[in-house]
Amino acid sequence: MTEQGGRATAAVTGAQSLVTSLEAAGVTDIFGIPGGTILPAYDPLMDSTRIRHILVRHEQGAGHAAQGYAAATGRVGVCMATSGPGATNLVTPLADAHMDSVPIVAVTGQVVASAIGTDAFQEADIRGITMPITKHNFLVTDPDEIPRTIAEAFHIASTGRPGPVLVDIAKSAQQEMTTFSWPTELHLPGYRPVTTPHAKQIKEAVRLIRQAKRPVLYVGGGVIRANASRELAQLAALTGIPVVTTLMARGAFPDSHPQHLGMPGMHGTVAAVAGLQKSDLIISLGARFDDRVTGNLDSFAPGALVIHADIDPAEIGKNRHADVPIVGDCKEVLVQLVAQLQAEGADGDYEAWVAFLSGVKQKYALGYETPSDGALAPQYVLERLSDIAGPDSIYAAGVGQHQMWAAQFVDYEKPRTWINSGGLGTMGYAVPAAMGAKVGMPDTTVWAIDGDGCFQMTNQELATCAINDIPIKVAIINNESLGMVRQWQTLFYNERYSNTDLHSKRIPDFVKLADAYGCVGLSCESPDEVDATIEKAMAIDDQPVVVDFRVHRDAMVWPMVAAGTSNDEIKYARDLAPQFDDVQDDWEVRA
Amino acid sequence: MSHNKHTLSVLVENKPGVLARIAALFSRRGFNIDSLAVGPTEHPEVSRMTIVVNVDESPLEQVTKQLNKLVEVIKIVELEGPGSVNRELLLVKVRADATTRGAVLDAVQLFRAKVVDVAPDAVTVQAVGNSDKLADLLRVLEPFGIRELVQSGMVAIGRGSRSISERAQRPAAVPAPPRAI
Repeated sequence: MTEQGGRATAAVTGAQSLVTSLEAAGVTDIFGIPGGTILPAYDPLMDSTRIRHILVRHEQGAGHAAQGYAAATGRVGVCMATSGPGATNLVTPLADAHMDSVPIVAVTGQVVASAIGTDAFQEADIRGITMPITKHNFLVTDPDEIPRTIAEAFHIASTGRPGPVLVDIAKSAQQEMTTFSWPTELHLPGYRPVTTPHAKQIKEAVRLIRQAKRPVLYVGGGVIRANASRELAQLAALTGIPVVTTLMARGAFPDSHPQHLGMPGMHGTVAAVAGLQKSDLIISLGARFDDRVTGNLDSFAPGALVIHADIDPAEIGKNRHADVPIVGDCKEVLVQLVAQLQAEGADGDYEAWVAFLSGVKQKYALGYETPSDGALAPQYVLERLSDIAGPDSIYAAGVGQHQMWAAQFVDYEKPRTWINSGGLGTMGYAVPAAMGAKVGMPDTTVWAIDGDGCFQMTNQELATCAINDIPIKVAIINNESLGMVRQWQTLFYNERYSNTDLHSKRIPDFVKLADAYGCVGLSCESPDEVDATIEKAMAIDDQPVVVDFRVHRDAMVWPMVAAGTSNDEIKYARDLAPQFDDVQDDWEVRA
Repeated sequence: MSHNKHTLSVLVENKPGVLARIAALFSRRGFNIDSLAVGPTEHPEVSRMTIVVNVDESPLEQVTKQLNKLVEVIKIVELEGPGSVNRELLLVKVRADATTRGAVLDAVQLFRAKVVDVAPDAVTVQAVGNSDKLADLLRVLEPFGIRELVQSGMVAIGRGSRSISERAQRPAAVPAPPRAI
């Protein structure tokens, strides 16, 4: 291959062109599994010195690993699979990445071009299947199109509102001869994300911020995707406005900060829920007024005007009317808000409001009941894990009770240290996502916080971790149940526990399973063993570790706003509604 | 015409799968398409869709925003009734024997329609017009007996000299690859 100014002009196969294109796009790690139609690509991949391919055990693991990698590093995660079942196994991670705006590129093999549409062996119309769950997707049948398509895929995945892009490449296109030429210009006439906010809107937002008496910064995952934590801290410091961080935004603003009210939503803190609900101005930054945050939409924050900043215009006004819509990248929006406020004077008077919320925060701090029989409380495990592993570790969760406790009881101080499946709610996300995060951040301690149900969906990737020197740590919060479903059965289905009992304290034996996978398996059943167990796990850095925390099964996630009800109906604990009246405040008079 | 009907002119890249993408988006977001017409434009790489949707203002904004998110959608313009010309094409096979043919042909002439095929017991009529005009024609032809009819989706274009497709083909920003090779 001859190189001329970065362009190789010699004849190569489409497969070689693909690998060179991936290298040109800056790819250093790929998670995948070969198969019939992607085999041509795997041959030159073997010779690439720039790309490490990690052979996973299930394509879903490859997809979630790419997500974890992207979420932890901010770089595009890449997964690869063959046609048919290989590709359809990527559907869940693609849908997950689409919901949570995670930049990943999936490369799949497709049957030879002449066989497309004939129901050939392992043929699936993955482009058609993934149309509604990708930001964009491509089918390539001409090998000459490979470099341009890969360049476009990475550009689309990583810019604007990030998201998953699938590139389906016919086996024939991988086998035919072509020349490699990396494009110098992309022709995407319909794709021009707006990143710079409109000055008029910024001024209007600042006018509302200065007038407001009860403003709140409603921070969503967009702030993390936009790397805008520093700018958020500046706005918060300048104005003194209280902050809530959604499930997707945990870590965007330090939990230790006095202005931080915690997470809003179905299992949010009373202070964060009240902060939104009783505000007169919601400043939404990269958030999307998800139903898990707003509760019943009609009664959500009835007295609030809304400034809604998002890079995706379609999010603005989708669920809640925006009084000041701002289309732009969160970082640029924050920079301009700060500049405009500095110019005009950040002289808003929020004193009474801040005092009120501080009272609520203090009175209704997160808490839990310690079991009287000496059984292990799951919340205690997460509190201790937070203290011992600390804010420099990365925490990746599955979906369910353990995820909520991990969001509540682990203290996050930095962005990209909390990785979870927020929108799609994919059980089984934790282990492969932690694996991906560890590959992207090899010097950082990565804990997967998983439920016993979730863990049994994707734990095959422990083999991948053990073999490829990816020493993640897994904390299984084992309550031998599909815990969140069980909680709803307790609350809404008369304690009729239909099919939520997993018996996972008996089968499987997680310690033996860890051992069988070449990992260290530990078990912990009583509160006084917790610290020592976590410290033991922290001391092992050359092998994956799995800790089976055998917790008591009746613990529930509180606070809770039941699905579809108003945020005003928040319960602090079962049948216990917070009383705001006895928290001193005079903001209602001043409003 | 219901006041909730909106005519969208959508310029899209002329690539395989674009129609499927747009149809899927409408279906997934729960919007109904009243009429859809697709064809080429003066630029070979650009196709134009005329989509008539029956929605209120606020969902219309969502439809437009969601359509705009599709990478292959270049531009969307809503064509308002008086400011635009809209037309549909109708081909209808009407029963017409020796005794009724004269009456059928009178109706055809009244509506400035055209007979494009004649058989001993039927004529095929071609008519172009807006929905109301075509509906009126059909009402007149109905008593003779309609054997078969086919109608196109609406196509529409704004009045005056301005073009919506002029600026549709600028190249996008050049992405800097993270590393040169």
